[in-house]
Formats: sequence, C-alpha cells, structure tokens
Amino acid sequence: MTDPVQLDSSAQNTWCPGCGNFGILTAVKGLVAALEEEGITRERIVLVSGIGCHAKIVDYLQLNTFYAIHGRTVPVATGIKLANPELTVIAHMGDGDGYGEGLEHLLFAAKRNVDITAVVHNNGVYALTTGQTSPTSRLGFPGRSTPGGNAERPMNPLELALAAGATFVARDYSRGADRLKGTLRRAVLHRGFSLVDVLQVCMTFNNLYQYYNERVAELEEHNEESRTDAQARMTEWTYGGDGRIALGVFYRDERTETFDGHVVRKPVGVGEREAAIAKILARRV
Amino acid sequence: MYDSFSVLIGGRAGDGVNEAGNLLGRLISRLGYRIYAEVDYPSLIRGGHNFCVVRASAQAIGARTDALDVVLALTAETVDRHRARLRSGGTLVVDAANVKDVPRGADVVAVDVVTLLKEEGAPQVMRNTCLLGAFARVAGIPWETVEDTVRKHTPREQELNLRVARRGYQAAEQRRVLPSLGRAPQAVINGNEAIGLGLARGGLEAFIAYPMTPVTGLLHFMAHYAEDFGFTVVQPESELAVMLMSLGMAYAGRRAAVCTSGGGFCLMTEGFSLSGAAELPVTVVLGQRPGPSTGLPTYTSQSELHFALHAGQGEFPRVIVAPATPLEAYEWSPAVLGLSWKYQVPGVILVDKTLCEGSFSTDAGEAMSLPVYEVAAWDGASPYKRYARTDTGVSPLAFPPLPGEAVKVDSYEHDEAGLTTEDAAETVAMQEKRLGKLVQLEHEIELLPAVKVTGPAEATTALLCWGSNGPVCEEVAAGLGLKVIRPRVLWPFPAVQMERALRGVQRTVCVEGNATGQLLSLLRLQGLDADDALRKYDGRPFSVEDLEAGLAEVLS
Repeated sequence: MTDPVQLDSSAQNTWCPGCGNFGILTAVKGLVAALEEEGITRERIVLVSGIGCHAKIVDYLQLNTFYAIHGRTVPVATGIKLANPELTVIAHMGDGDGYGEGLEHLLFAAKRNVDITAVVHNNGVYALTTGQTSPTSRLGFPGRSTPGGNAERPMNPLELALAAGATFVARDYSRGADRLKGTLRRAVLHRGFSLVDVLQVCMTFNNLYQYYNERVAELEEHNEESRTDAQARMTEWTYGGDGRIALGVFYRDERTETFDGHVVRKPVGVGEREAAIAKILARRV
Repeated sequence: MYDSFSVLIGGRAGDGVNEAGNLLGRLISRLGYRIYAEVDYPSLIRGGHNFCVVRASAQAIGARTDALDVVLALTAETVDRHRARLRSGGTLVVDAANVKDVPRGADVVAVDVVTLLKEEGAPQVMRNTCLLGAFARVAGIPWETVEDTVRKHTPREQELNLRVARRGYQAAEQRRVLPSLGRAPQAVINGNEAIGLGLARGGLEAFIAYPMTPVTGLLHFMAHYAEDFGFTVVQPESELAVMLMSLGMAYAGRRAAVCTSGGGFCLMTEGFSLSGAAELPVTVVLGQRPGPSTGLPTYTSQSELHFALHAGQGEFPRVIVAPATPLEAYEWSPAVLGLSWKYQVPGVILVDKTLCEGSFSTDAGEAMSLPVYEVAAWDGASPYKRYARTDTGVSPLAFPPLPGEAVKVDSYEHDEAGLTTEDAAETVAMQEKRLGKLVQLEHEIELLPAVKVTGPAEATTALLCWGSNGPVCEEVAAGLGLKVIRPRVLWPFPAVQMERALRGVQRTVCVEGNATGQLLSLLRLQGLDADDALRKYDGRPFSVEDLEAGLAEVLS
C-alpha cells in the first residue's frame, strides 16, 4: 500500500483556500495507491500538465512529471506513450488548455485512441490570468475580458470527445475525492483514450459550489456501452442553466485498437541499420 | 565551368516528368558520369509546367547550367520556355503529336510518340519512357544500357516500358556520342533521402512530421523505410503537435526528429523554446523555401537562417548545421542528432529545396566517420536530479521508469530537481547552467570540419557562402582561381576555423540565396565582413552562368 503522504514533493502549495484542485490532488494520490494495487508501480506513472492553476499539481507530487506548455499537454503525453508504451500517462489540463488552445490535440487523441488519460480541471474560467472567460464559461459570465457578460455559449466537451471517437468519456466533480478517484482509476485502466472532465470549482473567480451541489447526481440506469444513451445523457446539462448534472462514465468502448499498439516499432540494432542503409544506397546506383 | 552535358525533360504535372528525370539521371550515371538533377514544378497536382534537368560531368557537380544540350519536350510549352537555353548544336526531341510547331533553325528530332504508344497498347503516361528511349539514341547511348537501367529502376510494367522505350529508341536518330567513362557509377540520391539515411545512421528512433514542401519527401522516405529502421513514424494534426510529441518522446528516452519548412517551423517555435528550457533534445530538419508566408512553396530560398538562429522566446543554446550536398547531409545529420542529445539542446539541419529535392551522385563511402557523442549517464546516486548542475552544464540523463526516483521536467524556470521556482538566484544559476552548454558546444564544433575551404592556398579573393550554394561557388571559383569559404556549422559560429580560413584573404564576396544577406549579418555580428554581396531571391538557385556573370561585375 502506498502512503499518499509520501507522494508530496517539497514544493509549497499555492492554490487558494477552498480551490477545487485540492480535491483533485487528493484523488490523484488515491489513484496512485489504487494503481499500485493493480501492479502499476509509481515509477511507471507519468503526469503531464499544461499551464494554469491545474498545472501546479505536477509540482506538488513526487512522481515522474512533465510540466509542459499551455494547450500542449496531450501531444506531450502522446509522445511519452509512443516512446514507451509501458508507461501509464495521465495528461492534466485546464479547460483553457484542453478545450481552447489545445482542442485540436484533444480531438485527435480521441480520434486516434492513443492509450492516455486526459483529466481536465474544468473551472469555466481562466484563473491564473485572473478571471477571463474560458471555453466552458456559461453564457453571460461576467469575466474580466467580458465585463458585459460572455456572448458565447459554453461548449460541451463530452459531446465533442464522443463525436471525435473517444473510447472512454466521463465527468466528475472536484468535491468527493473518493468518487473521483474511482472514476480516474477506471479511466486510467481503460485501454485507449479516456477523457475525464472534472468540474473543478475556482473559489476566487467562478465559485460554483452551490450551483453544482444542488445539481450533481451520479449517473444511474445508464448503459455505458451505448453511444446513443451516452449522447442523450451528455446533453441533459449543457454546462450552464438548469438540469441535472450527471457524474460518472457516459461511454466506454474496450474493443477499438489503440494507436500506440499500432504504430510503435522496436528500434533495430546497429548491424541491421547499416545493412538497410547499404541496401537502400545500392538500389539507387 | 566544368565540361558537362545537360538534358531537360518537360511536360505537364501528371506526365511523369519527375520519374523520367530520375531515370535519365540513373541512365547517364551508368556511363560513369557524376549527376546533378533538379526538379522545377509549380504548386499543383495536374497541368502547369514541370521540368527536370539532368546535368552530367566527369567531375562531381551540384549546380545547374542555363545552357542545355538536349531538350525533351512532352508539350509545346516545354519548347517555348526552354528552346532559348539550347546550346548551338543542341537537339530538341519532341512528341510530334503534342508539339506541332517546331522552331525553325533548331535541330529537331520529332518522334510520333502517341502512335507508337497506341501500337504497343501502352497508356499515355508512358510518353516519358518513349522520349527517354529517343534520348538514348540521340545521345548515342547503347540500347543495353537503357535496358539495364529500366530493368533495375522500373519495376512496374517493366516489359511494356521496355517495349515503349525501344520504340522511341528506334524512331530517333543519333546526334552525338556521350561516351562511357568506364568507371563505376555512384548512387544518385537527393537531400531528403540523404538526411533520412544520415539520421538512421545516427541512431534515430522516431520521426514525426506534418507534410510540407520541400521536406515532404523526407516524411515519405522515413515512412517507407520505417520497418527497416525500426522507426516509429507519426503524422499528427499540426506542427504544434509534431514538436510537442517529439519532446514527449525525448523525455521518455527516444531519439526523435521532425521536419518542416518555414511556415510549419513558425508553429514549432513554442515547442522549440520548450526544448531549450526543459533541456529536451530534438532534431529539426528545416527545409527553406521563399517567403514571406506561403511565398513560392515549391521553389528554393536561404531566408530562414536568422529565423533558425532566433526561433523561440528566451535565450538558450542550439545547434544549426547547413549541409551543401547529400553527402554532407548524410555526414552531418547524425552529428546534429548526436550533439543535440549530448548537450540536451535543439538542433537544426538547415536545408532548402535545392538540396532536399536535388539529386546528386554520392559515394557514401567518402563520408566522414560518425562522430561518437556520449550522453551523460546518471550514476544512480539518489535522489535523481534532472537538472543537476555540473561543470559542463550538462545534467546526467535518465528516463522513467526509474525505481524509487522521479524524473521531473519543467517549462517554468526550475531548480535542479525540476520543481518550479521564481527565485532570483536559482534563475541566474539555471540560466547560466544552460548557457554554459553553449561554451561546450563552441569547443565541440571546432573539433569538426565546421568550415570548408577550397581553392588555391595563395588565392586572396574568396567567395563566402553557405548551404546549397556550396557546389555552384566551388565550380565557378575553380574556373577563376578563387577560394570558397563555407561554414557548415552556423551556430555556434565556428569562429576559430573561420578566422583561420580568412587568413591571407584580401577580398570577399558573400553569395546568398536571400534578399537581405543573412550570412553577412551573422558574419558582422562576429566582427567579420565581406566586400561585396551577390544575392538571388527569385526562388531559383544560382546557375553557373548567373554566378559567373555576377562575379564578373563585382570583381571587375
């Protein structure tokens, strides 16, 4: 058993008091322990982050980490997985990273079904840059870049991921670390691309605790393997307004081949390499 | 100008001009000649005007001449565009049905290609093979040589191709004898292939790219031979992803290279800077073409030197090497890969359309021996610190999984363990650690032949150039008794070797394929200068005649 405390690095935590990221951090520590129980030792786990409040999670954990740049956490995670498929790669990102600056990467990772897990710390606001509108900010959100109210409707990332071909799509909430840990565990153990959209509350710029607490409910009586059912349940709540906010795994497909299983090749030895070069040159004489 | 023989084949895109040019080069190469072949095509799939020029000489060559000995015309446009380039005594070989108005006064061999193809039941796309056969007859090349060439290099529809070539051969008339030089032919490879082979030789493990002229051929080459070399090859959604995937691979210990042109490199620069900050090696093959923006996508340029020198925010060391020929690309690509890993910095192989898509006779046996660059390995002392400060600035490299350890890399400023810091003293220490590697690199590149000097030792006038202008400068300088001084490594700047090369030189002309003199500005930053400059920025490389005329003017 892993003692979660041992996972703390020496970095000082600078999240605001009450930040939803604390819940995610606790869940990730529990996740590491749960993965170790599955035989995935912590040195085989790599966490990647983008830039934003979420990203500090990699500084706070004494694990293999790649603190990347804004929007690019998914291609970094993909590269790591392709370099060594024995590694378990978890890509943390904010909603700005995953659904804004790096949306193309998220959709393509889903499309190619690379075996990594995307964990989106979705707080509906750009927090580290002090409160601008994000891709999942609700219509009318009074961000500092949209003082008259956000004129755009929020995107529904679950529908996008499903449409792009994601083989595991889930939503969870930063409050309730045990439930979140369970969802993350299922996502990571899923063979293929998994997205977990985590509703993470930003206490300072978009405090939605009350809004979420009144609406969240576990996804029940749902067939995870049905795309049609998944699609229907994903649209019950549109990242704003009223409606029950279902938490859990909306869609799961274990049959599709993974990208890494398809494209990764074993490097050849020097002799084989030299022989191939000689053969190619001879053909061009 | 060296004694040489040039043949041009021209037609529409889709006529197989490129394939015919390849085959022409291999045919003439069989006679023992050294080949330089270039392709010229607009950015479209069907139509337009494509041409390929094959130049042959007893000497090793790598430059075009304006003058042509034979023009093979699949279309009337080929005749209109290129007849003025025919030397006196040159021959125009035309597809009679497609080129009805033949110019008066020219020596024309008209072959009724369409009828011959019909009689053989061959498709229109074999018109090029028919003209190739006709060319061999015109040039007095024995039929057996044509047959050997087609058998080796045309695996598809071989018998039909041979019959069609044979009909062309029979229908034409001999005009000259291109004698066999009685020596072994060399491989004819283009720059893209040479880079691919060089990277493979250097132990590359993965290749990631988004297609872009002029390096698309390199992506094709790596994908085609992925199995032979054990490459993991990926074509992701954008150059952003290309660069970041390669850095993910480097983090996990796999040697990856990427290729692109200027526009794609724009997207890569954020990741390029991350490579510098996080000390993750990557090798970028940057194929230049004329800009700004989309510019002339399928033509050549040397306008990205300063872009490569300054790409990415912040200050960090990098390596930039500009090979001139496929042989140098084959030699230097593994050097860039190796240096990039030894020093954990980004490396750039700076090439252009002229080299990437130009085919040159190449003897890989002449390549300099592969420099061995050891990666600083971790001694196992716990805790592992990804950014441990050392005398050289190079931190020991280790990759996950590492039992009991964590490997942490960071785009933020960071401490030795890879944890984010904003501390002033840590910032200075880490910046100095990274820049310390540049000092090591400066020493390292002086151990390599980083500057090439040719010409008589006593010559006091020198041409200064870089990259693909090397061969044309050497050829013209040989005729004028001048030196050519060409830095192969552009960053770190090989100051010691340049100083040595310039001793005794009193007059310099800086020859470049750009409008602003990018090498010249780099020289000036180093306290050097040139007396004159010759610049070409029309998307085409200097021909031998261009450079001769330009020099006649500035040196008169």
